[in-house]
Amino acid sequence: MLKQIEGSHAVAEAVALCRPEVICAYPISPQTHIVEGVGEMVKSGELEDCEFINVESEFAAMSVAIGSSAAGARTYTATASQGLLFMVEAVYNASGLGLPIVMTVANRAIGAPINIWNDHSDSISQRDSGWIQLFAETNQEALDLHIQAFKLAEELSHPVMVCMDGFILTHAYERVDMPTQAQVDAFLPPYEPRQVLDPAEPVSIGAMVGPEAFAEVRYLEHEKQMRALELIPAIAKEFKAGFGRDSGGLVRGYCMEDAETVIVAMGSLLGTIKDTVDAMRAAGAKIGVLGIVSFRPFPLDAVRAALMGAKRVVVVEKTFAVGIGGILATDIRTAMDGIKILDYTVVAGLGGRPITKKSLHELFEKALRDDLPALTFLDLDWDIVNKQLERERKKRRSGPAAENILRDVGSHVAQHS
Amino acid sequence: MSFQPVKFYQTGTFTVGNRLLEPDQRSVQANMERTNSLNSGHRACQGCGEALGARYAIDAAMHATNKQLIAANATGCLEVFSTPYPETSWQIPWIHSLFGNAAAVATGIAAAMKVKRKKGLVGDVRVVAQGGDGGTTDIGFGCLSGMFERNDDVLYICYDNGGYMNTGVQRSSATPPAARTATTMPVGPEPGNPFGQGKFVPAIAMAHEIPYVATATVADLRDLEHKVKKAMTFRGARYIHILVPCPLGWGAASRDTMKLSRLAKETGLFPVFEAQYGEITNSTKIRRLLPVEEYLRPQKRYAHLFGKTPAVETIARLQALADKNIRRYALLDKEAN
Ligand SMILES: Cc1ncc(C[n+]2csc(CCOP(=O)(O)OP(=O)(O)O)c2C)c(N)n1
Ligand code: SF4
Ligand SMILES: [Mg+2]
Repeated sequence: MLKQIEGSHAVAEAVALCRPEVICAYPISPQTHIVEGVGEMVKSGELEDCEFINVESEFAAMSVAIGSSAAGARTYTATASQGLLFMVEAVYNASGLGLPIVMTVANRAIGAPINIWNDHSDSISQRDSGWIQLFAETNQEALDLHIQAFKLAEELSHPVMVCMDGFILTHAYERVDMPTQAQVDAFLPPYEPRQVLDPAEPVSIGAMVGPEAFAEVRYLEHEKQMRALELIPAIAKEFKAGFGRDSGGLVRGYCMEDAETVIVAMGSLLGTIKDTVDAMRAAGAKIGVLGIVSFRPFPLDAVRAALMGAKRVVVVEKTFAVGIGGILATDIRTAMDGIKILDYTVVAGLGGRPITKKSLHELFEKALRDDLPALTFLDLDWDIVNKQLERERKKRRSGPAAENILRDVGSHVAQHS
Repeated sequence: MSFQPVKFYQTGTFTVGNRLLEPDQRSVQANMERTNSLNSGHRACQGCGEALGARYAIDAAMHATNKQLIAANATGCLEVFSTPYPETSWQIPWIHSLFGNAAAVATGIAAAMKVKRKKGLVGDVRVVAQGGDGGTTDIGFGCLSGMFERNDDVLYICYDNGGYMNTGVQRSSATPPAARTATTMPVGPEPGNPFGQGKFVPAIAMAHEIPYVATATVADLRDLEHKVKKAMTFRGARYIHILVPCPLGWGAASRDTMKLSRLAKETGLFPVFEAQYGEITNSTKIRRLLPVEEYLRPQKRYAHLFGKTPAVETIARLQALADKNIRRYALLDKEAN
């Protein structure tokens, strides 16, 4: 059924259609509307046979999820940013134990400085946590990926993170096609756990494992993610058969047939990039787009196959590894190992900085001329940066950097307005 | 599940009376049907109070729930000595997740059981969470308090040996004042653990007004069994705090585990009581009041108090703590003493 609703509510409804049995969460922007949505559905009775637990921290949220999932219940939680970092120890634990928890990450920057707006630093920080990470481009895809995520998680007995851009998607009212309960029921069978805490058949879960078996246990986690490389497209195909639309998969190309320049990105940013590319295509540029849906497992082969014919790749990412640069770009480079393709990394949109078509257009034009440095910070205000650097050179007690910059930005804006 | 046939001996303890008692009053451990939930073969030190306490507590909980029990365990000695891969001593469904989240994991299990029961998929399965004092009073305190405040249907059992024993006897917030640990050495002007403000979690549990709070020692195992069984008659959050001597950490003889537990209670240093909905309902009276010195002397962690010049003042401060407990928890039977 077509509906004009907020992204968060679309996800909440989709999660409810998956018949979760335990939901636990702790509020943090921009995740709040999702858990408020499911919470209300549980409280009103609309979502039956489900416990909603208001926990006292994100660490508890993931821990409750671990308990309920190990006890055989379909389990869901959601978080973002500082909340994801607060639960990290339990995040690794959930994947190490092989528990098929589904979690939404409403992507948001990480402090300090504290910042509630969107970038991908939070989920990317959990790149090596063992969780599968799927990135949604639109609200429709966010909704669809949740339904696919439960199926994927339960088939593998492994947790899945669905990442959607905070505010840009979570708070946007858009038209979505909401499936029916019958459609979801036909797609997603009841959860059959591989391991379960059951008095009739007692097992110990979470034993101490020493050097004699630890590597094997870890390897099996990797093996699951490798299996996910096959399962993710298969599930997307099955989804298309049941729901009639393309959603999910490993990667998604746009105007790739003859593309000499390929822009790679994840999440909602792909929309702006495609618009920019459309305009450039109209002007004759051979440019295309590769969207990464599955960041973990990272689809090395699919990326390599897609980039084979390209001359240059521009990775635009909303993340930043301090001390080296790109994170997604590093993975892309691994995929291109041995093929001669020029590659550029662009760090953009940190802490919610708008990524405009104008800036992208200029950036891509430069790329076409191979006039880009290896690492670009899109729309970075060098005046502000240099002013602070100068301050630090001049004075030992130069004060807190962020606050100085805020003052500078304030006068900057005042001068320019 | 395996059952170990039990032989009955005249032991000179309370167990001897079993045959004279009604079946429902008999000790769980002396019952043919006892579950050996924490089975033999684990790696605890000789005389480990935690192993003893856990065995009695979980068997009693199994008895009370007709074997419909799941346990969540915090990291710590109990977890490590019971499940060195690929062996496990647990005869019950058991999960270890992290050091500081046993209460929350248990909440999750209880929530899952509630839904499954509503769907008619399981019977009345109950949940126990357990951890050491460090996993309870320090790193797991947030999760514990959250579980209490929501009144989740979980019995949390804390095995208090007064320190981080699994990592080599460091101080926890349950380490008693003056005690030596690896991080509170008997050196400097205030040797051993400083006298802080104290953090007695049973009292904090009571402040949450949860249905049931109790303390116990491994000296009185019938009392421990009774309290666990009683805890299982309540719904909602329950807390039992058990004093469990650690021969290794306390520098005590393995054979003195029971004696030290008894002395902790008989000196008033460890109050044994029960509370319901925030109010004390019963305190176990001291049978024969003893000075704290009797408890301190056999333990090497207090050896610095009894050197060439005994630390009279410190001992007096510890005595004052015992006296305060005696007043606060009414540990002396006025008529008898
Ligand atoms: C987050 C985290 N911090 C520290 C540790 C190390 N650690 C493991 S067990 C333990 C001590 C346990 O003390 P306690 O809870 O009192 O149990 P005990 O071993 O004394 O029975 C510590 C510090 C850990 N496993 N996880
Ligand atoms: S160190 Fe202490 S608590 Fe740990 S097993 Fe030994 S006696 Fe028990
Ligand atoms: Mg301890």
